[in-house]
Amino acid sequence: MSSRRRINLELVALAAAAFAWLVSAQGFWESLLRAIFPAQPMVLMPRDTLAAFVAQHLALVGVSSAVTIVIGIPLGIFVTRRRGAEFRSLVIAATDLGQTFPPIAVLALAMPVLGFGFWPTVMALSIYGLFPVVGSAIAGIEAVPRAVLDAAEGMGMSPSQRLLRVELPLAARVIVSGVRTSVAINIGTATVGAAIGTGGLGVPIIGGLAVQNMAYVLEGAIPAAMLAVLADAVLGQIEAAVTVADSAATT
Amino acid sequence: MIRLEDITRRYGDETAVDSLSLEIAEGEVCVLIGPSGCGKTTTLRMINRLIEPTSGHIFVDDRDILSLPAEELRRGLGYVIQSIGLFPHLTVAGNICVVPRLLGWEKSRMVDRVDELLKLVGLDPNAYRDKYPRQLSGGEAQRVGVARALAADPPVLLMDEPFGAVDPLNRERLQSEFARIQRELKKTVIFVTHDIDEAIRLADKIAIMRDGKLQQFDTPEEVLNHPANKFVHDFVGADRALKRLVRVRVEDVMRSPATVLDGADLLTLQVGAGRRRFAYVVEPDGRLIGWVDTLGLDEGSVPEAALTRVVPADASVRPDDSLRDALSRMLGLGFRSIAVTDRNDVLLGEVTFAAVEDAMTEGDEHISNLPPEGAA
Repeated sequence: MSSRRRINLELVALAAAAFAWLVSAQGFWESLLRAIFPAQPMVLMPRDTLAAFVAQHLALVGVSSAVTIVIGIPLGIFVTRRRGAEFRSLVIAATDLGQTFPPIAVLALAMPVLGFGFWPTVMALSIYGLFPVVGSAIAGIEAVPRAVLDAAEGMGMSPSQRLLRVELPLAARVIVSGVRTSVAINIGTATVGAAIGTGGLGVPIIGGLAVQNMAYVLEGAIPAAMLAVLADAVLGQIEAAVTVADSAATT
Repeated sequence: MIRLEDITRRYGDETAVDSLSLEIAEGEVCVLIGPSGCGKTTTLRMINRLIEPTSGHIFVDDRDILSLPAEELRRGLGYVIQSIGLFPHLTVAGNICVVPRLLGWEKSRMVDRVDELLKLVGLDPNAYRDKYPRQLSGGEAQRVGVARALAADPPVLLMDEPFGAVDPLNRERLQSEFARIQRELKKTVIFVTHDIDEAIRLADKIAIMRDGKLQQFDTPEEVLNHPANKFVHDFVGADRALKRLVRVRVEDVMRSPATVLDGADLLTLQVGAGRRRFAYVVEPDGRLIGWVDTLGLDEGSVPEAALTRVVPADASVRPDDSLRDALSRMLGLGFRSIAVTDRNDVLLGEVTFAAVEDAMTEGDEHISNLPPEGAA
């Protein structure tokens, strides 16, 4: 690991710690928002602490992103195999379509089946975040040079050895960048989950809009934005770590 | 060692390879050559089953290759393609160890093997083993490609235009190094190229193909001297005489030169030169210093004044250079003969223009009444 990478890693860890401390400092937010909105009698949503909203939000994003990754990457791999080739355009069309739906509509559709709360939101978010992951898995694998695959096959690697030792390592950077996009979308979109009672940073935002209290809105929006930036930085570190010595980024 | 029996490969209505039969003996370099689309690469790829023949049989070591699992077969056949086939995410050592790792070698054995192979292909192990392919020049990458194919010491090497992406100067260097390695290792090699000079240089046997059909399968000398048909004749080109020179090595035609020691007096010089006009001047340890022109030397001449001092590396050839190298060196310097020295500049002999001429015309028969095209 280069010293520059180590410094970046330390910076990201520091930022994460600062974020954790900041969202648990209820008093800080109280005085900050009161300074901005002196006329507001209530500046923090009383339903939960900010730390609790952040924790709920992280759970939503974490579970749905995990589902997205667990489904999306294998799906992308499958359609780049000979067996799955005929599903390639179908899968791309379907994940594309999933993304054109407004998340709130997906929630409305999911509700009758899964009811209120956490799981319908996770489902909506997972579908929503699928396209960048599937798309990047397909793009990353298909970008592996033909000659490299030919060498791998000609030297006697089995199909699974080719996938694990050649294709995935070479596609890793592109796949992680897809995950990065997906998580960023996810953090923003997860706020709509509050509409069906999932909790998270959407609660003060939607609640604040309902009672016309901009202080509540900011209580949700500022940490959500910070969380998005932080998650992007963390995944950026992972992306750098999986970037092989020779990839489009370094040559 | 490798036997192709009546191999045909069709793609729909197209016939890429048309009932081809070849037999390649152990330790032989067989070059498949022809214009693009002639089926040479398809033929090579059928041997390691990257392509399955539509009909016919291929035997390696008298075993039908279809009776082996494809992966097992391939691990026993070294495979070299252009340098872009190196794995970009693995170091040089990692690339070389791909097949040993598939075969489950011990780590220490792999480490030793990497160093051994890098030395064999002329790369310093300490400088190269941890480099990534993108840090290598085209020629270096190609050497690593050859080392990688040799890693598990397969008896057979399949090489698909391995030097095609390298500039001409480096290509010649790689070719002569490959020839050196092959003299040492004696692998059975199937080598695909579209470069006739490369084929003549490296092949024990050349298989010339056209439209999936074998046109001639013979030694380079036979192909040059007796092309089987007009296609082969044209393919080989008009400069057959020059090409023949590529096949002859300097050491095969060199003769012992007239030599005198440095500082010899006039009489010794004249005796040493005998009837020849030039005599080479050497140090007591045999190293070449230059030569002296005996013409016009008479009583009272100072031999030192007639001495032409040279940088041996610039004015001599090596015993394993080809006669074409020797000829081009002679023409470049304007000499009628050229000294042959070893690595330490020790004079071994000389090659004369007359010897080159002999080699050029040898076996040169009149090419008339060629059989019609297609008849092999």
